[in-house]
Amino acid sequence: MKKNSAWAGVYMALVLVLLYLPILVVVLFSFNGNPGRTANFHFEGFSLQWYRALFDPATGYGQPLRTSLMVALWSVALSALLGSLGAIGLVRRPVRRSILGRVGNLALTLGEQIAVLPIMIPEIILGIALMVLLTLFGIPFGMLSLVLSHVAFCVPYIFITVRGRLASMDPGLEEAARDLGATPLKVLTTITLPLAMPAVVSGCLLAFAMSMDDFVISFFVNGPQTNTLPVKIYSSVKVGVPPHVNALCTVMLVVVFLIVAFSQMLQSGKLRRQERRDNRDGRTADAQD
Amino acid sequence: MPQNKVLLSLRGLRKTFDTQEAVSGLDLDVYEGEFITLLGPSGCGKTTTLRIIAGLEMPTAGRVFLDGEDITRLAPEKREVNTVFQNYALFPHMNVWKNIAYGLRMRGASRAEIDEKVPRMLEMVQLEGFGRRLPSQLSGGQRQRVAIARSLILSPKLLLLDEPLGALDLQLRRQMQQELKRMQRQLGITFIYITHDQEEAMTMSDRIALMRDGRFVQLDTPKGLYEQPRTAFAASFIGETNLISATASAVKDDEVLLDISGFEVPCACEDWITPGEQLLISLRAERLRLAAQPVNTPCRVTGELLESQYAGSERTSLVRLPDGQVLHVRSTTEGEQVPDKGSQVSVWWQQTTGVIVRDDREENQ
Repeated sequence: MKKNSAWAGVYMALVLVLLYLPILVVVLFSFNGNPGRTANFHFEGFSLQWYRALFDPATGYGQPLRTSLMVALWSVALSALLGSLGAIGLVRRPVRRSILGRVGNLALTLGEQIAVLPIMIPEIILGIALMVLLTLFGIPFGMLSLVLSHVAFCVPYIFITVRGRLASMDPGLEEAARDLGATPLKVLTTITLPLAMPAVVSGCLLAFAMSMDDFVISFFVNGPQTNTLPVKIYSSVKVGVPPHVNALCTVMLVVVFLIVAFSQMLQSGKLRRQERRDNRDGRTADAQD
Repeated sequence: MPQNKVLLSLRGLRKTFDTQEAVSGLDLDVYEGEFITLLGPSGCGKTTTLRIIAGLEMPTAGRVFLDGEDITRLAPEKREVNTVFQNYALFPHMNVWKNIAYGLRMRGASRAEIDEKVPRMLEMVQLEGFGRRLPSQLSGGQRQRVAIARSLILSPKLLLLDEPLGALDLQLRRQMQQELKRMQRQLGITFIYITHDQEEAMTMSDRIALMRDGRFVQLDTPKGLYEQPRTAFAASFIGETNLISATASAVKDDEVLLDISGFEVPCACEDWITPGEQLLISLRAERLRLAAQPVNTPCRVTGELLESQYAGSERTSLVRLPDGQVLHVRSTTEGEQVPDKGSQVSVWWQQTTGVIVRDDREENQ
């Protein structure tokens, strides 16, 4: 056992180095003091010059950043609506026992599986497919095409998290609400949605991170005036890596990391808060109120 | 309490899930102010029946009438019926106050009405000062009280309770039983109560509907059910009983002469009995008496004392009759004289102790 765990540690370290070394290099060089053309090869002391360059309107990435944010916000908002309502509709569908009901049920179950598929389809295929489709419908490449395409791959993230939350929720709560006089619509607004909200938010954050980060699909469907941040980075790197891209990557890394971490906390945090409350309660049950 | 008017009627109620029939033809009249219990083993259809009354399940056939009005197809939110669910189903994102006020809010009650009624309910279930707690911060018994308060605040005509005390420990259960009974008397609300605990059903109910396989086996007062069980299932589900087979040797008027393992014993007759028929007689173990010498009474049999176990207040004796059937006898240990094991003993009883029951035992096997 001992020997095993030692090797496991070495293996783990190797994996971590392989995963994070390139990222660490980017972070390190974003603080490079070397101002010259060799800024990506020779590290010459610590400086914030590339961060300054990053936020300088002349050399900066203000426009693509704005584009990326707009696309992300719009597509996440639309996806939240589609994904949440879709999940609620599918999980809480009435059980029908007629022949037609059974067929419909089967179709919905199939639809449920298909709805998750975009996560697994290679992005390049999705990108090309969306490009062809948008052309077919004569939708101009620009903000609209970007948002529509991002919705296509953002919906599953929200759909999956909300569906998971609903599936683990006691359907008795909704029945109790009906029993106490709530119409189906009231049940949705006072019970189902509030209880599903942590999952909706967590799914939105995940989708937001995915949208901000997407390059492949955006590359196929963006317009001349609407370069998203990753597309812009790609096109600037083509003519040699400008050192402030390192700074930009570091900033994006931190932002995406924070968003994903927050999303994770939301999903598991509910439980932990509960435990803390229970513990505290055990100790001071009599002292309260 | 048949003097009151009928509040709820079930007529020919049926519910089929896929191929399985959960409820197969129920007819029931529940009177106003009554405490009626649906008692039965798990899977007997009692919860399904309750859910149909609440409107959470549509019956496959049959009708439900509340106050003479057909509510079979009425949505649950439109029925003047509320439910206390088995797992309480408290809304985890609302505090106690909001949970209790929920029904009033859904009815569009004014702020003033809510502020007046919620504290009254909190007081009635003895949870003053707990309004701001979340359900997760309450003990099982406290959650139970919130669930009851949440339903009672709407003053329903009918309160349905689905094994409401199932999750509580024995001591708390006893206490809540009394409290529920007190609230029911105080408010005069009709209760339909579900349990599989026969003792709970016996102590709380005005009437008990004993259920099995989606049917009512017997609908009776607790006393009627215990003293006059109509079937072998009813006799053995409540209390401990001996089901002894006998032959009807002679029927005269309201009495039947039974042949129990060669002994002639009289018993109250049922109108369906014909002479020569194989019958089952139910003899409650604690109503049987044991004697070393034959006792001068018509209702007695003799057999060999197989076993005699002392258990503090009671002694359980096993007596084997000549045909091999074994009688369980529970007797008080006060001042007892125990016959020797293996000796011939007499077992006797009052004539009213013996009840002829229909044999419905193999139906389930």
